[in-house]
Amino acid sequence: MSGPNTSFDPKQVSVLSANAVDGMVREACEAISAAATLAVLKEVRIAHAGDRSPLGLANREIGALPPAAKAEVGKRVGEARNVVKSALDGRQAALEIERDEQVLAEESVDVTLPAVRVSVGGRHPLTTLIERVCDVFVAMGYDVAEGPEVEAEWVNFDALNVPPDHPARTMQDTFYVTSADSGVVLRTQTSPIQIRAMLERPLPIYVVAPGRVFRTDELDATHTPVFHQVEGLAVDENITMADLKGTLDHFAQEMFGEGIVTRLRPSYFPFTEPSAELDVQCFVCRGASVGNPERPCRTCGSEGWIEWGGCGMVNPRVLRAVGIDPMRYRGFAFGMGIERTLMFRNGVTDMRDMVEGDIRFTRAFGLES
Amino acid sequence: MRAPVSWLRELVDIPSTESGRDIAERLVRAGLEVETVEVIGEGVIGTLVVGHVVEIEELTEFKKPIRWCQVDVGPEHGGVRGIICGARNFAAGDIVVVALPGTLLPGGFTIAARETYGHTSEGMICSERELGLGDNHDGIMVLPEDAGAIGADAAPIVGVGDEVLDIAVTPDRGYALSMRGIARELAFSYEVEFDDPGVRVVELPVPATGAVPADCGSEDFGACGLFTIRTVTGFDSSAPSPLWMQRRLVSCGMRPVSLAVDVTNYVMLELGQPLHAFDLDKLSGPVRAGWAKTGSRLETLDHVVRDLGPEDLVIMDDSGIIGLAGTMGGLTSEIDDATVNIALEAAHFSSGVVARASRRHRLSSEASRRFERGVDRVLAPYASARAAELLIRFGGGTYVGMTAVEAADRSSPISMPVTEPSDVAGMPIDDATVIRLLVSVGCQVAESAGMLTVDAPSWRPDLTDPADLVEEVVRLVGYDMLPSTLPTSALGHGLTWAQRVRRRVGMSLAARGAIEVLTYPFVGDRELDALRLSEDDPGRAKVRLANPLSDEQPLLRASLLPGLCAAARRNIGRGNIDLNIFEIGSVFRGFAGETLVRPSVDHRPTDDEWSRLNDLLPEQPIMVGCVLAGERTPAGWWGAARPFDWSDAVESAQVIAEVLGVELTVVRGSDPTFHPGRCAALMIGDAQVGVAGELHPRVIEATELPARACAMELNLDACRGAAHSVRRAPAVSTHPVAKEDLALVVADSVPASAVMRALRDGAGDLLESIRLFDVYRGSQVTGGHRSLAFALKFRAADRTLDAGEIQRARQAAIDSADRTCGATLR
Repeated sequence: MSGPNTSFDPKQVSVLSANAVDGMVREACEAISAAATLAVLKEVRIAHAGDRSPLGLANREIGALPPAAKAEVGKRVGEARNVVKSALDGRQAALEIERDEQVLAEESVDVTLPAVRVSVGGRHPLTTLIERVCDVFVAMGYDVAEGPEVEAEWVNFDALNVPPDHPARTMQDTFYVTSADSGVVLRTQTSPIQIRAMLERPLPIYVVAPGRVFRTDELDATHTPVFHQVEGLAVDENITMADLKGTLDHFAQEMFGEGIVTRLRPSYFPFTEPSAELDVQCFVCRGASVGNPERPCRTCGSEGWIEWGGCGMVNPRVLRAVGIDPMRYRGFAFGMGIERTLMFRNGVTDMRDMVEGDIRFTRAFGLES
Repeated sequence: MRAPVSWLRELVDIPSTESGRDIAERLVRAGLEVETVEVIGEGVIGTLVVGHVVEIEELTEFKKPIRWCQVDVGPEHGGVRGIICGARNFAAGDIVVVALPGTLLPGGFTIAARETYGHTSEGMICSERELGLGDNHDGIMVLPEDAGAIGADAAPIVGVGDEVLDIAVTPDRGYALSMRGIARELAFSYEVEFDDPGVRVVELPVPATGAVPADCGSEDFGACGLFTIRTVTGFDSSAPSPLWMQRRLVSCGMRPVSLAVDVTNYVMLELGQPLHAFDLDKLSGPVRAGWAKTGSRLETLDHVVRDLGPEDLVIMDDSGIIGLAGTMGGLTSEIDDATVNIALEAAHFSSGVVARASRRHRLSSEASRRFERGVDRVLAPYASARAAELLIRFGGGTYVGMTAVEAADRSSPISMPVTEPSDVAGMPIDDATVIRLLVSVGCQVAESAGMLTVDAPSWRPDLTDPADLVEEVVRLVGYDMLPSTLPTSALGHGLTWAQRVRRRVGMSLAARGAIEVLTYPFVGDRELDALRLSEDDPGRAKVRLANPLSDEQPLLRASLLPGLCAAARRNIGRGNIDLNIFEIGSVFRGFAGETLVRPSVDHRPTDDEWSRLNDLLPEQPIMVGCVLAGERTPAGWWGAARPFDWSDAVESAQVIAEVLGVELTVVRGSDPTFHPGRCAALMIGDAQVGVAGELHPRVIEATELPARACAMELNLDACRGAAHSVRRAPAVSTHPVAKEDLALVVADSVPASAVMRALRDGAGDLLESIRLFDVYRGSQVTGGHRSLAFALKFRAADRTLDAGEIQRARQAAIDSADRTCGATLR
């Protein structure tokens, strides 16, 4: 570039005239508008806004102008370049949107095609129902206790106040291991877990005890030789039967809905005294079907109540057998069948569905029953 | 126990407005479980009348003999009517039950006057079954001559319309196995007087002078505390028992047999005391209770010859054993059609003795059911007096007298604070109420300084402890009066680690597509052989049941796989051919069969006793297992199907390990159940904790599973033990990562895991992760070799790695693989 030309008349430099600059801008804008693709626009950018474009060259000439002219001409060219730039940017944005629309449209798929290649499986509803029961009691401060399925006969019977010749032993038909006098059985109930809890845990004791139990029944629609129970045990000073009732009421509400209550009926179990049968109010009809043939209830057989389990105050003889002073401590215990609960709670009509392992049955329950 | 309401009403004054259901409700509240309330002859609508058969004409022109009967049903019902009848067990002059036209019988069958066998039959002569009274359909019912006036309503005479409560009696309530006991509960419930039929003194004729009653005795007052024999002679064994007695027996579910048998059964139902009638002429010498000698035998009334021993309490005379005490009489002294002289035994036997005998001989009778549950210990002479009186009234005969032996009363009173029922119940019950309620069940109660001294009534042998008295009081106040309160429970600990492990494993497997099954633990040799398990294989079940449901499956599983294979086969049979099922459950191993220990229940077992009790039990580890068959991913728009293979089985174990944070290593394994070339042993450290892979083709064949079925089994207890429930946080470096890929050629016999381990060992601490991303076999690689391609990531915790450091770590990894696995860089 040559040195400053102090005698130079800007009006004489035609490329810097207002007319000339306006013309460049007009041409640039026409080219920009006409650019139909991003590739063409890129060429237009080089041609009209690049260093070698008319405006670019004009910009270079400003340096050669005398100081007095620089400001005016500089402003003119600067404004012109801004107009072109913003036109370019606008066109660029518009073309990008256009391109995106086209490409994304081409890439569209049928999102209603089946997407699941591997379905979620399922946990057995007996498992998840047991977990639900445990969670209710864990929330009340109970621990979950467990015990062996092959159990010492002493723990399953003797310690629970079922002496060898007690008719209660024939109430439950027991599988004996090895021989009838081996002293080892498949536990017939979850109650032996109570004995273990009382022998092994410090007082006070609040436990819920789920488990698999065994009786010599043949499998049919309502019986199975292998089934599940859950029971609860509280041993503390000043435990009362009213506490038992309150605990069961809370439990029933958690399982079957707000406002559901329980009913106790006198009964007999060797390990509790007083003993009671536990009924839960029908959560479907809430008693509305009783004496109302217009509205029969299948869940409770229009009885209004559903037999749910057994309960009572721990027999002081049981406390003695595990070395707990019955003068100082009292306890309550309750238990119920999980299969039976699942049957009326979830509408299972045949026991065999729960034991045969048909995947269609279990899959329907997903991960929660 | 079946209890006809009409009989209960005779014993206790129940308001006439109360239905059978109302009465049942009362009993339920008192703790007796009423299972059903049934109406005798339910469905009979219309008129049943007493008819008199005037004349019978036999019609012989039909395929079967038919009778054309003229029956007088009384002037108000049209006098003598002609009725066609097919039964032949009656004669002119008999009294029968006639259903008149318009009557509806059970089953919706309407009686109409209709033309049949050439006559117009105007009604029906009824059998028991047609009226729903019983199963007897041998012929029509012939009533005694004095059953009722001709034309009278026959329904009450035969019991139609009566209600019967069926009560399930729990073992503590032997007294409820009698009308007397049930009536007593109702008397309390309805707050009416109870005139106890059990202690009524029966007026018997003055014993005949000169005649000597049969003698009796008891060798063991502990086992037989009261033994009585009442003698009646000159009895007419052909005399029928009265209709009302027969009807009641039928209503209670017993079959009328003969007057003597019916009377003993009737009194047992009425009072709860089992009785036995001997033919006196078949006895020799005194009748007594005593222990049998080893090797002795008795043929009981059910025609079973029973081997007896010194643990059997029997009834004997000088000829030998004539009955099994409290359970069943013997055949030799049975009464029969020719019996004229009767010895009535009424005794009290210990409940334990009878229960043992009943169990040992698998013989449950009406008598043993009652003795097992406890019979009123003073009732015997009252009951036998009642029976003798009925026998004499309906069968004639002469009363000779009674002999009895009796132990001294050894019952002891129960002491209980008067506040005990209130304290246990958690509701106020005042002292006077406690005493009143105990008295109402028959107790004698004395109070002194807040303590009650209670003598339980003889018919309540179940009342022995204060807790029993508490139950009586609270149930009579009513369980429905109990308030609903909550205890202040202790601080809980939440689920244990073992419990959380089971949930997580189940949840993770299910979330990845597996479905849980819960199979029975029973297995047999056939299934174990199908899995090719040798006798000493740990999966071979060893714990045997004494009384299995099926002789085919007498063992308890030592592995989950037999049950899983059976469940898989069942599913496939139902068309569920793509299967990923799992089970979490215990197996039973290492059964030592220690010697029996049976601690006292009067105190806590000693530590030694407790550990010996536990030593009786087999190991019961929790396992998780799965069986895979069919397609993992079905064919779809995404491409071809992918069947389950060995790697899915291994993956399921690795998922479990990952979920639990356990370092599980996989090495080539060998297991008879699995394909020898596709079996992975699952290791924690040096211990094998599981196995996974493709099942052996012979196993697949024997278990009828589809080809290439796979399985896995893992000891969850072992995994749990190796897991850390509290995991340490990692140091997450923010410095850049350096990625290096390398391909190594190794012999086919070198496991990929060994190469990976060698690379890891050689690369050192800078190695962040390593992943095998390709396995290549082909022309580019020497035969018997394969190329394994690994992606390595290097990163330092504190700096950006420079090229030299990365190069050195990479080379160290390659050198290590070369050294240990003979790997060469490709």
